[in-house]
Amino acid sequence: MSFLGGLMDSGRGQLRKWGRFTLFTLRLLVVSPRALLRPQLVIDQVYNSGALSLVIIMLSGLFVGMVLGLQGYDLLRRFGSTESLGTAAALGLLRELGPVVTALLFAGRAGTALTSEIGLMSATDQLSAMEMMAVDPIRRVCAPRFLGGVIAMPLLAAIFSMIGIYGAQLVGVTLMGVDSGQFWSQMRSAVEMRDIVEGVVKSVAFGFACSSIAVYEGYHAVPTAEGVGRATTRTVVTSSVAVLAIDYMLTAVLL
Amino acid sequence: MNDSNDAGLPATGGAIARLSDVGYSVGGRAIFDGLDISIERGKVTAIMGPSGTGKTTLLRLITGQVRASRGSVVVDGEDLATLDRDGLYLLRRRMGMLFQNGALLTDLDVYENVAFPVREHTDLPEALVSRIVLMKLQAVGLRGAARLMPAELSGGMSRRVALARAIVMDPKILIYDEPFAGLDPIALGVVMRLIRETNDALGLTSIVVSHDVHEIGKLADAAYLLSGGKVIAAGTPAELAVNPAPVVRQFMAGEADGPVPFHYPAPDYAAQLLDSAARA
Repeated sequence: MSFLGGLMDSGRGQLRKWGRFTLFTLRLLVVSPRALLRPQLVIDQVYNSGALSLVIIMLSGLFVGMVLGLQGYDLLRRFGSTESLGTAAALGLLRELGPVVTALLFAGRAGTALTSEIGLMSATDQLSAMEMMAVDPIRRVCAPRFLGGVIAMPLLAAIFSMIGIYGAQLVGVTLMGVDSGQFWSQMRSAVEMRDIVEGVVKSVAFGFACSSIAVYEGYHAVPTAEGVGRATTRTVVTSSVAVLAIDYMLTAVLL
Repeated sequence: MNDSNDAGLPATGGAIARLSDVGYSVGGRAIFDGLDISIERGKVTAIMGPSGTGKTTLLRLITGQVRASRGSVVVDGEDLATLDRDGLYLLRRRMGMLFQNGALLTDLDVYENVAFPVREHTDLPEALVSRIVLMKLQAVGLRGAARLMPAELSGGMSRRVALARAIVMDPKILIYDEPFAGLDPIALGVVMRLIRETNDALGLTSIVVSHDVHEIGKLADAAYLLSGGKVIAAGTPAELAVNPAPVVRQFMAGEADGPVPFHYPAPDYAAQLLDSAARA
């Protein structure tokens, strides 16, 4: 009986958390158009979340692409079609690896920064001070950061895929000796617009999920050092699971 | 009308904020139970009490950050219970609040911190914003620190910048949460002087939450002493100092033990020692 009660309690707690998150995200969406009226605030956040994540995104993109080049070459060699390496790498990166790996890296690099920044602002009364100055912290602090993440993610994913394709070409063509002309021409004829659209749709969805989770966790963090630490961890865990789950759902819908 | 007023302060129409029979509880624990306070216009009113009596919660009630579960809170003619978020924000534009640690925005420098409310609420040209900000910084003696970042300021300086920010929109009510905590004697003197001068020069009403009996004695026009969720004494600081009630005397004289016990409620000491010895 007590086990059942505990189960129901925890279920109710989860539901309540979902409800709070949904309401918070709705409020973010409601105030976001007004935040867009002050583009400088959003541009600053695109810089913070996007430009400052560039190095890690580019390095990871290069390595993922190089691994794809190696694995793809080995796999395709068994079927005697190594010239399709360009197509395989491009499709893999554009449709899956680019958006997903970028989102996971984004959650670790930019999401944690957002959560701890907002959490510490709350712990040092900065958010309360804003409320006392009749400034809505969700509009002034959360919305620009949320929008910054939503805008930065597709750009980062595009850069990731581009560098990744370059990495695959580096390994496949330069190292393994796949014909350069075949590599590029097969890619250009096989990759369609809808492959690129799939990647863009996914990365926008991931940007939405990662940014809203990061901002929500920061805003609702227990305002202590320990609380902010826990919230930061939750951001990474929740964002990662959310990205993979959304990825499956979107793939099922878009294929 | 209520005990606190019988204790000293007349319930005239001069009240800018009035709490009547306010109850407030967190997680089933009552913080306030039948609280009556009236803040007189133009005066410096102190809210005193031992730590943990809910002084900061009282400020949150007056500013509408939390809502009373019983009774009414009326500030500048508006009943907080009837206000929605927009109404509350409109009311807050007439209030300024100084947080204990200053609560400056750490990514903006001193100048931008003071300019923040002006930029958020008005569309004034930069020349005018600059004039307002420099005027307020001059008033707190920190015009020369305009380009410093909050991390470069001492505790006293942070509080002065926060004061400049709190008065930049010319509020009617200024609220101070523990303004004297952790200041050296010089900074303390500066903050006391600023509170008095700001109140009188700008025609404000000031509410000061503190437990520094000596500073309040020199500064405040009226004081309320809270304990156990109620007002236990009210009057001028001089009247409180000679109040015969034991709790009041213990607080005003700073005695370690008395009606407010030194020990947190605990089981019998000897029994607990024997018990732990028996288990060892």
